[in-house]
Amino acid sequence: MQQDVQAALPNSMPDPSVPVQKKRTLWRRITRNWELYLFIAPAFFYFLIFHYGPMYGIQIAFKNFIPTMGITGSPWVGFEHFVRFFDSYYFWDLLWNTLSISLYELAVGFPLPIILALAFNEVKDSFFKRTVQTVTYAPHFISVVVMSGMIITFLSPSSGIIVHMIQFLGFDAPQFLTDPAWFKTVYVLSGVWQSTGWGTIIYLAALSAVDPQLHEAAIVDGASRWRRIMHINIPAIVPTITILLILNMGSILGVGFEKILLLQNPLNMEASDVISTFVYRSGLLDAQYSFSTAVGLFNSVVNAILLIVVNQIARRTSENSLW
Amino acid sequence: MPSAVKESRGDRWFLLFNYMYLLFALVIVLYPLVYIISASISDPRYVSSGEMWLLPKGITFEGYARVFENSKIWTGYKNTIIYALVGTAVNLLVTMPAAYALSRKDFVGRGFFMGMFLVTMFFGGGLVPSYLLVKDLGMVNSMWALILPGAASIWNIIVARTFFQSTIPRELQEAAHIDGCTNLRLFMKIVLPLSLPIIAVMALFYGVGHWNSYFSAMIYLNEEAKYPLQMILRQILVLQEMGSEMTGPVSGEVAQALANKADVAALVKYAVIIVSTLPVIAVYPFLQRYFVQGVMIGSVKG
Repeated sequence: MQQDVQAALPNSMPDPSVPVQKKRTLWRRITRNWELYLFIAPAFFYFLIFHYGPMYGIQIAFKNFIPTMGITGSPWVGFEHFVRFFDSYYFWDLLWNTLSISLYELAVGFPLPIILALAFNEVKDSFFKRTVQTVTYAPHFISVVVMSGMIITFLSPSSGIIVHMIQFLGFDAPQFLTDPAWFKTVYVLSGVWQSTGWGTIIYLAALSAVDPQLHEAAIVDGASRWRRIMHINIPAIVPTITILLILNMGSILGVGFEKILLLQNPLNMEASDVISTFVYRSGLLDAQYSFSTAVGLFNSVVNAILLIVVNQIARRTSENSLW
Repeated sequence: MPSAVKESRGDRWFLLFNYMYLLFALVIVLYPLVYIISASISDPRYVSSGEMWLLPKGITFEGYARVFENSKIWTGYKNTIIYALVGTAVNLLVTMPAAYALSRKDFVGRGFFMGMFLVTMFFGGGLVPSYLLVKDLGMVNSMWALILPGAASIWNIIVARTFFQSTIPRELQEAAHIDGCTNLRLFMKIVLPLSLPIIAVMALFYGVGHWNSYFSAMIYLNEEAKYPLQMILRQILVLQEMGSEMTGPVSGEVAQALANKADVAALVKYAVIIVSTLPVIAVYPFLQRYFVQGVMIGSVKG
């Protein structure tokens, strides 16, 4: 610091105008921390190449991409691929499947971690509580492939344990894996099993910040546990809920397609084909690069718009928003 | 919770329901896990008929024997370990310095870099342009296709940045500067040694991600010898493809018991689930604290 000041003195102009001074101190602040630019360089180039690079590649959605001519050299075709997609007979099916799976997942999967976190919060730290937490967090670490394998095995019509249980209770077990009517439920409930426990952590963090004095005061006033949850704990986690809800809405067309891809089979296709699996199939398997990029772009744009709209609504109606 | 106060009648009912709810959650989550463990060491006939529903019945370790004899699974295991180690090292080399730079309030351009990174959270090029890029870079069918496109996650950068901001005192950094300590020395000698917990959290998050991922391998690798474990699992568990070395005839006593090929296949499946998931599940209870810490740091809006 001192050296900086001394170094600055001999150079000072007879009449140093303010902007020049400012420029110099800015330059000094940059050069003094030049190493920090080296620190951020790998991440900068990573995001530039692997995230902004593909964004540059999006232009092939408006072109007829011919690999030998490259991205820039391929001829423009305007909105042709989009029109083809919107006019296709599968457009509405894809949109409906994507939306319904997402909303189903949101409706079932979003409130459960909140309820479980509130329940955890009512229990004093004990062996029981730690056990339930450890066990319910664990499925988070099971890979999608193993998860799908478990689903397929448990629901196997001939040997699946869940099928056996339903039969034991005297009912006919549905064809979970091949009946389109069951696909969404299987997908959503297995997701609930896998991620509800882990999802509580973020709410527990918010709940741990609640001032115990609030509870003490409420107890003195004779408030029951139920009322304290409703009037102290829930308001305390509303900001977290809002933020997560906004983030979830922003990915409503981006359902976890890795699992869908694994659970998909020709028989349940009419319920399981979503935009992202369609992009994978038409883009990477059938090599319709331009067309599938257009479909993917439609997906990303809708997501981005939803995110902005929901964030805007949240900002108007509450104090919590992403930006 | 203040416990000195005696619970009212209503509250005691409430607590009872609460405990029952938690018990229910415990059973629902635990049951499939226990079932898989039991099924992996039970006679597959009891498993497929539903007679084995909780505790192992007709104990056999044939499933594990098959898995351990299978060279594909071992190759996959070896590949996954290599990819996870190299991948996590790259992740840390990219994430930690960047997160530290972004944590410094006197870093000019901090807002620009942060903004540039954050945009990618909400908008991206999509699957096909990313694939074409990796192809143009000549990384198809190489390990780098699995590692470089995921070299950093913005979420983890934010978590690490929040950690640096909240645990490394600014005075310490300023003092170091006055003493003529360069940023590089400061980072290596002071910041990193103080940040071992967050390095552990990041390594765990990234490591588990590498261990469990299959999609990049599926689209970028075309040689089976390079497949990571999850791709082999996909063949066995999802596509139900098993080589004859897996289901072929068995010798000895078990031979009669395992007459049915489908039974062997089922047994192998349960065993392979355990073998592949065990490393993660086994270390998890010991590291749970760190994982939870990571999520909690991340949840501080930054």
